[in-house]
Amino acid sequence: MDKALLKKLYYEMLRIRLVEENLASLYSEQEMRCPVHLCAGQEAIAVGVCANLKTDDYVMSNHRSHGHFLAKGGNLNEMMAEIYGKETGCCHGKGGSMHLVDLSVNYLGSTPIVAGTIPVGTGVAFGTLLKGEKKVTVVFLGDAATEEGVFYESLNFASLKKLPVLFVSENNFYSVYSPLSVRQPHERDNLTIAKGHGVYSDKGTGNDVLDVYRVAEKAIKHIRDGKGPAFICFDTYRFREHCGPNYDNKLGYRLESEYEEWRKRCPVVTFEKKLLQKKDIDQETIDTYKNKIQSEMDEAVLFAKNSPFPKVSEVYTDVYAEEKKND
Amino acid sequence: MTREITYGQAILEATDQLLANDKSVYLIGLGVPDPKGVFGTTVGLEKKHGSNRVMDMPVAENGMTGIILGSSLVGMRPIMTHQRIDFMLLSLDQIINNAAKWHYMFGGKMKAPIVIRLIIGRGWGQGPQHSQSLQALFAHIPGLKVVMPTTPYDAKGLLIAAVKDDNPVIYIEHRWLHNIFGSVPEDFYKVEIGKAHKMAEGSDLTIVSSSYMSLEALKAADFLKKDGISVEVVDLRTIKPLDKETILSSVKKTGRLLVVDGGWRSFGVAAEVMALATENCYGSLKAAPVRVTFPDTPTPTSWALANHYYPKAIDIINSVRTMFNLPVKTEAEIGISYDVPLDVPDKSFTGPF
Ligand SMILES: Cc1ncc(C[n+]2csc(CCOP(=O)(O)OP(=O)(O)O)c2C)c(N)n1
Ligand SMILES: [Mg+2]
Repeated sequence: MDKALLKKLYYEMLRIRLVEENLASLYSEQEMRCPVHLCAGQEAIAVGVCANLKTDDYVMSNHRSHGHFLAKGGNLNEMMAEIYGKETGCCHGKGGSMHLVDLSVNYLGSTPIVAGTIPVGTGVAFGTLLKGEKKVTVVFLGDAATEEGVFYESLNFASLKKLPVLFVSENNFYSVYSPLSVRQPHERDNLTIAKGHGVYSDKGTGNDVLDVYRVAEKAIKHIRDGKGPAFICFDTYRFREHCGPNYDNKLGYRLESEYEEWRKRCPVVTFEKKLLQKKDIDQETIDTYKNKIQSEMDEAVLFAKNSPFPKVSEVYTDVYAEEKKND
Repeated sequence: MTREITYGQAILEATDQLLANDKSVYLIGLGVPDPKGVFGTTVGLEKKHGSNRVMDMPVAENGMTGIILGSSLVGMRPIMTHQRIDFMLLSLDQIINNAAKWHYMFGGKMKAPIVIRLIIGRGWGQGPQHSQSLQALFAHIPGLKVVMPTTPYDAKGLLIAAVKDDNPVIYIEHRWLHNIFGSVPEDFYKVEIGKAHKMAEGSDLTIVSSSYMSLEALKAADFLKKDGISVEVVDLRTIKPLDKETILSSVKKTGRLLVVDGGWRSFGVAAEVMALATENCYGSLKAAPVRVTFPDTPTPTSWALANHYYPKAIDIINSVRTMFNLPVKTEAEIGISYDVPLDVPDKSFTGPF
């Protein structure tokens, strides 16, 4: 694989990781006063998939969407300002961490009602098809989202109309503190479910960015060739607590040994080692990356902190589209 | 015996006793057996009553609501919990089309005794999809009963009454009430559905309120006393059916009505209570009824906005003062100060929910 691409994949994952880690350590300042669902541990999926997309392809996601947003090229300053509740945020403070959007890169929005964007993303693909556009729409979803009815309804319609939509399921084995075992029968297989709807489906190794890249590449080719929707799924693991900046293993809902096992498979660290071993990257470049990302993040935080809060009158704006903004 | 326990503990105790007393009761909901146990309201129940009576469920609200409904048709009495009211919106079809009408549309041959516990709330940037207050939506639907306990005593008694009721009951709890203390009997008791509770006696004005907003109303009533205005606070406890008698007799006595509702302004609970009073005791009213509610907009996430979104005691006080042709005052003038930020329930909270 092209060295530049390898470096890019690494850089994008590292960037998401450092953003999340910075965010986690700043959260205790109590200035980010909204829920945050950090994606540390799951970066390879966002990066591996989005590296196959063009700027005008669409992406939608859920509550755990910082990685998807950044991997699609979403504006970091606006994301941080949104989390800080500022006027300069991507939703002008109306949304917070769970509602990210950047229309300049066709990141059409994340929302935190589980599975809420699955049919919406399917509808975006439907819209592009009706308009005769050649764009792919990607919907990121968690393992729990595949339990909601709209998942099946969307697979069915997407297949019926051969929609250019890619469903990317990130199985991190938990929904909040509830393991898969209390939510889905052992025998269940989402690949078969998707296939049963006539949807192309494939599975990859979620913490291996190259594998994600290849699995997504094939699926997206299928879609771009006009053959209809695709469903791809990956096992992965969330490192931090379900919601918030800390670790929650001490609650006892998951085993420390399981966590340690997945830590060893950290997508960023394992890929970094691999690149170093094969001399696709050197330590100096890595350090440069880290410094560059850190200063980008420092700037974003500064931007967010220095930005004004929205005016109180903003409570009443945006309810209807025809409404004029009153200053 | 009666002791001081929290609202959350009162719910836990009621559920525990219901499970112990009646084999047809079961508890189901996302995270019910998890270590945090729905803000502490279900902790330990799985261990005590077993995993076939206290259980987690797939993230599939609509289907699961139909499933508990079906089980109720053959004699079970399910309690379903949702950590936020917003999540259960996926199950409106089963609730409104099926559960609410099951008894009616089959000519009274079957009943659907299900209880759906819904948590509403605010704070810490919960935003547009995690902090809605939809009591009016459910109260609009014939066939549903809707309760909103304010005190720990009522939280326990109303949950027991809801489970014993042969109809679908929507039980709405405000997250900021979970940690308030109150005296609660250890006994198994019911608080009758459809009965309001006078939290304060007064003669000049009636405030009708519910859930968390009743606490703001009580606070306002205290300050208004200093201005020489005697306020009666009627805590609804049950939104549907409304306790017309208590509301109307109070309004007839005081001649003035202010309704405080933690919900959107238009077509809401406040509008219904005002209509009730104007229809039934127009002649006793000395002033037009007034309402204090959330504005007709979704909840903004940024705390800079959310802090101005929710009405507070000062808004109630000034609405009352205006009704008495008194000038409005600032919080400083009245002596209201806050020792915690407005977007958290108490000092110990450091986010997120
Ligand atoms: C319809 C709905 N039900 C429940 C919730 C509460 N909830 C928030 S995040 C979450 C976990 C979802 O798990 P998954 O889809 O696997 O994503 P993960 O958090 O693991 O990334 C749940 C149940 C919700 N937001 N929406
Ligand atoms: Mg998950």
